Amino acid sequence: MITLSHYLTLGALLFCLSVVGIFLNRKNVIILLMCIELMLLSVNMNFVTFSHFLGDGAGQIFVFFILTVAAAEAAIGLAILVVLFRNRSTINVADLDALKG
Amino acid sequence: MTFELFVFYLFAAIMVFAASRVISVRNPVHAAMYLVLTFFTCAAIWLLLEAEFLAITLVLVYVGAVMVLFLFVVMMLDINVEPLREGFVKYLPVGILVGLIMLVEMVFLITQRYFKAEQFPAPERASAEAMSNTESLGRLLYSDFLFQFEIAAIILLVAIVAAIALTMRRRPETKYQTPSEQISVKKSDRLRVVDMPAEKRN
Repeated sequence: MITLSHYLTLGALLFCLSVVGIFLNRKNVIILLMCIELMLLSVNMNFVTFSHFLGDGAGQIFVFFILTVAAAEAAIGLAILVVLFRNRSTINVADLDALKG
Repeated sequence: MTFELFVFYLFAAIMVFAASRVISVRNPVHAAMYLVLTFFTCAAIWLLLEAEFLAITLVLVYVGAVMVLFLFVVMMLDINVEPLREGFVKYLPVGILVGLIMLVEMVFLITQRYFKAEQFPAPERASAEAMSNTESLGRLLYSDFLFQFEIAAIILLVAIVAAIALTMRRRPETKYQTPSEQISVKKSDRLRVVDMPAEKRN
């Protein structure tokens, strides 16, 4: 029988993988965006799991809104990426030091 | 081990493998492809959780729209991957360490402290005659969560406008039409009547 902790462990595993991905690919903005998508997916997994085990549909509605916001975030993030590449011809995070921060 | 559990472990294994490939492959196109695989297997696991509508939405919205957008951008930009891989090996130990510590903590809390199987027994499978997942979600979405639904629509609209406004540019070498000037043009601007005397026929 699949228990609640099976699904939660899978979500935790996915979340940790995406955190490691952000550590490893600190220079590549595209992979960073993909890691953020993975992170949102693991959160969604927990929402769907609790919605199923508690018998409450509100969790699935929340996943619906997270999907909406994630799609908007991906669209704007990629647009910023395209503009960035057009102006600087690089997506290396280390080269983006125009503000001298 | 029931068949259900076998299916869960199969898809979970594929999902973890694909997710680990997303963060470790060299080529961003391959990373996007592995992310697509992750989304597909996640949709399968959501089907096990009886969230059919969201599973299909995940495939349609994420694989069909967001990942295609990702692939477009990755293929459109001419990226030199080598400098972006700097520090991969250097940060590998600390990354794995942090990830492992987080994982051990979370799994300890999930499996040992809270959410034990006897506290949360698996609910009965929904019968075929009951209201479908899509219908129950729709009833919730258009009654209790109507306002939030409208806000989500506005967020999407703002995202569209922002994405277009960010990426649209005027190229000086391209020729454009100006419709307002075109429709306000008068006959006298374009047409010149030349007065010519008639010629005699031979």
